[in-house]
Amino acid sequence: MIREAYSSGGLYRGLEEILVGRHPLDAQKITSRICGVCPLAHSLAAAYCLEDALGLSAQVPPNGRLLRNLIYGANFLHNHILHFYHLALPDYLDPSLLSGRLAALGGLLSAGVPPGEGRFSASETESLVSHYLEALEVRRKAHELEALFGGRTPHDMAIVPGGVTYRPSLSEVEAYRFRLKEIRGFMESRYVPDLFLFLARHRDHFALGRGGNLLSFGCFPLRDGALGVSDRLFPAGVFRAGRVEPLDVAKITESIASSWYEGEACAAPLRGRAEPAPGREGRYSWVKSPRYGGEPFEVGPAARVRIGLELGDAAFRDMAWEFLREAGAGPDDLASVAGRHLARGIEAAYLAHQLEGWLDALDLRGPIAVPVAIPNEADGCGLTCAPRGALGHWMRIRDGRIRNYQVISPTTWNASPRDGAGVPGPIERALIGTRVRGDGRVEAGRIVRSFDPCLACAIH
Amino acid sequence: MAMPRNGRLPVVWFQAAGCTGCSMSLMNAQYPDIANLLLDEIVPGKALALVFHVTLMGPTGRPALEVLERIREDEAGPYVLVVEGAIPTARGGGFGHVGGVPMTDRVRALGRNARAVVALGTCASYGGVPGSGGNPTGCVGVKSFLEGEGIGVPVVNVPGCPPHPAWFVETVAHLLLFGLPRPGDLDEVGRLRSVYQGLIHENCPRRGDFDVGRFARAFGEPGCLYELGCKGPYTDARCPAHRWNGGVNWCIGAGHPCLGCCEPEFPDRLAPVYRKFDSQTARDTYRRARCAPWWLTPSPASRVTSGSSSASKTE
Repeated sequence: MIREAYSSGGLYRGLEEILVGRHPLDAQKITSRICGVCPLAHSLAAAYCLEDALGLSAQVPPNGRLLRNLIYGANFLHNHILHFYHLALPDYLDPSLLSGRLAALGGLLSAGVPPGEGRFSASETESLVSHYLEALEVRRKAHELEALFGGRTPHDMAIVPGGVTYRPSLSEVEAYRFRLKEIRGFMESRYVPDLFLFLARHRDHFALGRGGNLLSFGCFPLRDGALGVSDRLFPAGVFRAGRVEPLDVAKITESIASSWYEGEACAAPLRGRAEPAPGREGRYSWVKSPRYGGEPFEVGPAARVRIGLELGDAAFRDMAWEFLREAGAGPDDLASVAGRHLARGIEAAYLAHQLEGWLDALDLRGPIAVPVAIPNEADGCGLTCAPRGALGHWMRIRDGRIRNYQVISPTTWNASPRDGAGVPGPIERALIGTRVRGDGRVEAGRIVRSFDPCLACAIH
Repeated sequence: MAMPRNGRLPVVWFQAAGCTGCSMSLMNAQYPDIANLLLDEIVPGKALALVFHVTLMGPTGRPALEVLERIREDEAGPYVLVVEGAIPTARGGGFGHVGGVPMTDRVRALGRNARAVVALGTCASYGGVPGSGGNPTGCVGVKSFLEGEGIGVPVVNVPGCPPHPAWFVETVAHLLLFGLPRPGDLDEVGRLRSVYQGLIHENCPRRGDFDVGRFARAFGEPGCLYELGCKGPYTDARCPAHRWNGGVNWCIGAGHPCLGCCEPEFPDRLAPVYRKFDSQTARDTYRRARCAPWWLTPSPASRVTSGSSSASKTE
């Protein structure tokens, strides 16, 4: 059994420090560099944050919202396909079953499933690995979908504070539509069936790595002029003690009790001051410990789907229930290793069906951005969800420059170390008490991976 | 370059202080695509063998680290080290660890025995975003780090934030076909001339707008993006020809000014992003200074003190 677990992040880059003194508009392109897997989430959060500071949130034109949703939606699909096939699946495959050209992948895939102990047959393994290769191509096409309106990716260009820089042509709209169909075809014929095959073989993983509190900032705004987090495709909310509650951003604090920093132990994002202190005695991570109302919260697909089951629209709820029924699981099973993979499948499938509606709503002659002017003093907050969970940016402008910039990334929530009260973070908690075989590395790896952790994001 | 008998050149891919964006970008390669790069011959009789890549490999934790640590004793012999991300040198390497060992120690050990090093991305090439501002972690590029450690392994820079996958493929194909770069192959900032040479501005589809003075004043307007802060007149890269993500679009194509992300001066000396950029003055100042490059001069946060041996050519 895993008796204790300590989640540690080993890389500090100091991006928040690097932002101090810069022109506020530059925050967006700099914070994108926090993460090369979900740069879009950061560039969106930074745009929301600046628009909030400037009082512009209600003025971003409809095209701005729609094009952002379309660009980001492609990134979202890319992430979930990448996570299932390329990051998570290798933990479950026995590469000794591979032959021919695929055998050359064996060395790269050997994740520690001892030969003969994988739960997929030889033909299933061959098929999953060939889909792994197909998924490499589909993931690339999802990036192409993103770049069509975003300019390029990773580190997309077109999303800027005030809107977007690009008005696509009609032929590009059609190019988006037909690329999307291709990706949706892959999801229907490969991703969803492979996901259910995975779930059927790993039913016990609904009991592995269970979570508790869940939190989402929501993403993909559905209406214009909506400031904050209401009216989003995946709604914002908090799930605690069996109930969904509305989100109250003021309850968010960050603790550095177990982290390599010096400064105020626990404070709201723009209030705290934390100086890096590498190797500080008694601490064990660069990741800080965000808390909501003083408690740890898991963020990510399980949170979005659990909250969406209460607050989402009817079409989302129907699809989510259908997936849950087919998997033989209930809403409380979502925060588990199998449940997190299932939740990704649910939201990817739902999102893939929404994108075309946004495409059709574009007004190709309408405005795409409003001009921005930087005030001398302002504070802003931008909230969204990265594919791996709730993402918040906070900015303080003084003398027309960035005075303070704070980011709380999804993996900061999930991989947080113990807080001042000694309460472990969600990943630590999911690990502690797990019954394992051998040294436990197989089970531990699967639990941690199910959160889709990103350390570049977590510490930045 | 000497190849192992099986024709597969081992590649060790080390992620230092970066964001994984370079890996993500490489996965967007086409003809050859990422599966070709992992499995197939890239030039006749020669293929790569990716022995370590923390994102793409199955093993995690201790087993993954064992692969990394075995590499040095490995009888397979010479390998190419690809580094993604800058090297955080401040506080004895205390800002970046992999498996409890400072990244500085890892890169020193891996670099010492490598046949060649590919510094992939602007962070690994010149320090990039983590090396900007006050550079709190003492981030430097791989070449200046290794030279500071007295390790003379050849380093080829493939900058870009991220680099276009074709630039990595071209660089690798160059190494496989022609071997290590010869004098004159690299420009004054350590990039293969064949891959980077040519200002974006000279090949930009909006060049005609510039020539007749038709400038966009707001996002979405037609015209040259110079007034909005475009760094195309300063940046050597083949974006206008290659375009991005299967050629579907690119930065200037999407109406956004070039950030100059392939240049050593990115991001600080090209900031702010949206202010009209005086390329001529910048060229006179920074490019001329490249014979004594500023990014190799000692900074308080860094313990790297060496100059650059390859930085001999100026424009």
